[in-house]
Amino acid sequence: MNGTWRLTPKQIALWLLFGGPVVVFAAWAIPDNAPLFFKTLLNGLTLASLYFLVASGFTLVFGLMRNVNLAHGSLYLFGAYVGWFVGEHTGSWVLAVAAGFLSAAVVGLLMQLLVFRFMEGQDLRQTLVTIGLSIVFADLMLWTFGGEIYTFDPPAWIYGSTSLPVIEKFPTFRLFVLLAAMAIGVALWCFLAKTRVGMMIRAGVDDRGMLSASGVNVQLVFATTFAIGAGLAGLAGVVGGTALSISPGEDTRYLLASLVVVIVGGMGSVVGAAIGALLIGLAEQFGLAYAPTYSVVFTFVIMVVALAFKPRGLMGKAA
Amino acid sequence: MSAARWRRAMSASVGVSMPARSADVPRLVPLPVLATPKTFWFERIGARVKPRHLVVLAAALLYPFVASPFFAYQIGAQALALGLIALSLTFLGGYGGMVSLAQMTIAGFAGYLVAIFGTSSVAGVSLGWPWWLAAAFALLGATVLATAIGWLSVRTEGIYTIMITLAVGVAFFYLAQQNYTVFNGFGGFSKVAAPELFGIDFKQPVPFYFVALTAALAGYFLVKHLVRAPFGIALQGIRDNPRRMASLGYHVTAHRVAAYAVAGFLAAVGGLLMVWYNGRISPGTVNLAQMIAILIIAVLGGMRHPIGAFIGAVVYVLLQNFAIDLFVRERFNLVIGGVFLSIVLFSPDGLLGLWAKLRSSLSQTRISQPKRRRP
Repeated sequence: MNGTWRLTPKQIALWLLFGGPVVVFAAWAIPDNAPLFFKTLLNGLTLASLYFLVASGFTLVFGLMRNVNLAHGSLYLFGAYVGWFVGEHTGSWVLAVAAGFLSAAVVGLLMQLLVFRFMEGQDLRQTLVTIGLSIVFADLMLWTFGGEIYTFDPPAWIYGSTSLPVIEKFPTFRLFVLLAAMAIGVALWCFLAKTRVGMMIRAGVDDRGMLSASGVNVQLVFATTFAIGAGLAGLAGVVGGTALSISPGEDTRYLLASLVVVIVGGMGSVVGAAIGALLIGLAEQFGLAYAPTYSVVFTFVIMVVALAFKPRGLMGKAA
Repeated sequence: MSAARWRRAMSASVGVSMPARSADVPRLVPLPVLATPKTFWFERIGARVKPRHLVVLAAALLYPFVASPFFAYQIGAQALALGLIALSLTFLGGYGGMVSLAQMTIAGFAGYLVAIFGTSSVAGVSLGWPWWLAAAFALLGATVLATAIGWLSVRTEGIYTIMITLAVGVAFFYLAQQNYTVFNGFGGFSKVAAPELFGIDFKQPVPFYFVALTAALAGYFLVKHLVRAPFGIALQGIRDNPRRMASLGYHVTAHRVAAYAVAGFLAAVGGLLMVWYNGRISPGTVNLAQMIAILIIAVLGGMRHPIGAFIGAVVYVLLQNFAIDLFVRERFNLVIGGVFLSIVLFSPDGLLGLWAKLRSSLSQTRISQPKRRRP
């Protein structure tokens, strides 16, 4: 990508091709029912924030270690459950978030150290192991925590609703999720772009062999990345559990969402995860609001079109 | 260049004399072309069929007569149908190197098409065609879907295939669940039963078992033949080193998409058997758990040989039916997940790999160490 802001004719054509229908739709929908449009927009952005939180960990782990961690959804759910119990016992929601992050990070660290470290280079086998782990974890959690729905108890200052210009009332918590995801996204970007460890992670994503050859303790970097990726999933679990709720099927739902987001956005790219999350979150909410029977088809069509043009995802590496 | 042309070119060059480089090197006389003995096809088959194959075949043929109807139908026919779908995954993953989680989706789609084109409980959607026409169109439609999924997946490589086929499969599940005009949503179709032909009711355990056995045997021999044919060898070459195959002139993408189409056909036949076995089809047949179950079956048996799919299916169906007696019924997922995990961790080639290791360790001759003599 060159440094200038000039767009090639092909890029202009693509923007018009995909942006055009969106602009036309917006021009129709806003005068038609403005509160619905903006409410759906904000809901979509909230969902996108949640998807970004989950998918960023997934894409980091894949980008660096080429490990498609299909147990990522189980980490989400595990963090949510642990966070709930900590929240119940201590009465503090912030502690619940921290507990969610830490517990999932520890489990992720153990997975990397005890299992994946011995399977370097065997991508398919690692994926099969993660599938097996996800089945076992899901059933263990079902056994331990039961099938009922758990809801969180966030503090009063994030609960309730705020009034916004066009929409009368909007849940404050969802705005909080949006802001939190942006903050975490920026923090993640700073971590990757400005710190030494982040530099090593980015180098490892580009060329793992060279990273090892330049004397870096690659296993330490891998363990750190897995822990962070898993921790992000656990944090998203607590946040998502507060926004919606926790129940046994949520792990599959968020795993699949992060899968689609990362396929569209590109593996190993946090910016790609953000773009993918935006596209998928907005498409899902607008589909649900305006064409309920076919909302899943929108997500799928986006994925197919993105793959048709860029098989590695919108921000994925060329080869 | 096709493999056949290569073979012809190689055999044509036998018998050509080598030009001498200098006067000292004796000229090589042209060798007479070795006549290849003409073998008959039954001689070739007879050379490759071993006693164990005949024993297994006889056991499979006699099984419904010695087993109870429950065992013949619930265990036998279901294992054969699931095994056929898993066979498609073994072919695609083991010989093609592309592990696709969408095989159950294709099987389910074939089942749905049978229900939509044929007769079912939902009179508003089903078209009521005769069963053979519905089945033919179901197989055709599912194979077309498989080719489309293949075209989408081969644009990416390796581990991306699992992710994309997983996403496609789940998208189909949600489509089937939410669409009521074509797929009848959450309820699906029931009363989709096997037909009655020549006076035999194929809904009964023993006739259905033989239908399933015929289909399974046909699929098995098709795969065994294909992997030795030029197409299969090229596919395995593409699995091992696509760049080299491309530089040799093989159209890598076309071979891969063709492999998806063949695997899709096998899965479609399996799906046909499944829908006739169950008598119904609903989104629950193609949900994530079922998609992963096919992967578990294929890995359990071992992806190195087509028989692995059926071995895995038998073990899976037995576990599913008898987990209640061995463990707590609700913990079936834990049991099957644990078994799958231990197989992948300790014996990636599945039960066939375990068997091979066992055989080689039992047949190892001990090499005696010469005793060291103290001077």
